[in-house]
Amino acid sequence: MSAAAEAHDHHGPPPIHYSSRVSPSVLGMFLFIASEIMLFGSFFTVYFFDRVVNHGVNGHWPPPQFHRPVFLAFINTLILVTSSGTIHWATTSIKKGNRTGMKAGLVLTFLMGLSFLLTQVAEYHRLGFNTGDTSFAATFIGLTGLHAAHVFVGLTILLIMTIRAFRGHFSPEHHHGIEIGGIYWHFVDVMWIVVFVTVYLL
Amino acid sequence: MKNPFRSEGDAFRFLWLVIGYGALIVIGSWINTWLGLAVFVVLTALAAWWGVLRGRGEGPVKHAPVPGPADEHRILVVANETVGGPELITEVRGRAQGRRAIVFVVAPALNSPLKTWTSDEDGARVTAQERLDASLVSMRSVGLDAAGEIGDGDPVQALEDAIRTFRPDEVIVSTHPPGRSLWLERGVVERARERFEVPLTHVVVDLDADRH
Repeated sequence: MSAAAEAHDHHGPPPIHYSSRVSPSVLGMFLFIASEIMLFGSFFTVYFFDRVVNHGVNGHWPPPQFHRPVFLAFINTLILVTSSGTIHWATTSIKKGNRTGMKAGLVLTFLMGLSFLLTQVAEYHRLGFNTGDTSFAATFIGLTGLHAAHVFVGLTILLIMTIRAFRGHFSPEHHHGIEIGGIYWHFVDVMWIVVFVTVYLL
Repeated sequence: MKNPFRSEGDAFRFLWLVIGYGALIVIGSWINTWLGLAVFVVLTALAAWWGVLRGRGEGPVKHAPVPGPADEHRILVVANETVGGPELITEVRGRAQGRRAIVFVVAPALNSPLKTWTSDEDGARVTAQERLDASLVSMRSVGLDAAGEIGDGDPVQALEDAIRTFRPDEVIVSTHPPGRSLWLERGVVERARERFEVPLTHVVVDLDADRH
């Protein structure tokens, strides 16, 4: 057999044909995130519509009877941004073969995500309004609740990643489970920044 | 435009960009509502402009050294219908002469946009395989050590895939003559020269003239 033919000889079923620019699993996550952005986009559209329509009534936004817990949300923002740092640490650690760093990064990320979610639940209890009280209350809880649901999904993924990491999975060559979960977690963070800026600060 | 969520590292950097973006909008809005809106519009336009510009100016693909013998010369050939053309065979033969050369032929599975969008590429791959088989027979008949594979429908993408796996010392792109070549019209050769660091030779094959 010739040298060239030998170099490209292939046994078994034909190899999967796809572009080398991005792997199918990363592309799948990207398409999933794109659909999520559209979902959040519809909620933001409702929020801005409500704000534009109702802003002129008293010149106040939100309506005066509502108080947004900005400080608590700011603390939550710091927690979530820090958790992005720890998941990045976990990914870079496993790429370098540092399993301890990966495990520590995953555990810290999970704990911070859990803190965020529990704080959010506590915030809802102290809000003093519910979805049935005016359109602002409905859109506020709808948007932040939609994000909280994504954090819950992220925490589930993180839990699976952490269990796998402690069971000896992942290596410098094979760590797609960490990479994909990390992308999702950063997406959740990005969406929170947009929610925080839009709903709490502006 | 490049996907900002291509990898975990890219997504992490994107997060920091979003934080900076949001912070500037909030500061602008606290000063004046209209200033905040202006900051939002300007930053969004800048981000879109930068994204488009970055997508256009993709850096050249790094070409790792070949781990094989130093005297081995690796020639990558990318061609469409002209893959079995005599001009191409002559060019490849000339470049392989007097040294130990291996040739790898990539026949892109050329497809219509509609069929590409609907993933209907079976026909295109069958046709590409027939072209590839015929060209390999021609090359081997003149003593060339040749192998090949079917490539992506986009010739530049097919070239990039093959460069990553085959690691050629040089690339030969074969097209129809100017005026009849869709690849030349789309700037395939120019784009490939800009994108890859590997020396690239463009060979024109006039199949009509060859038949007469």
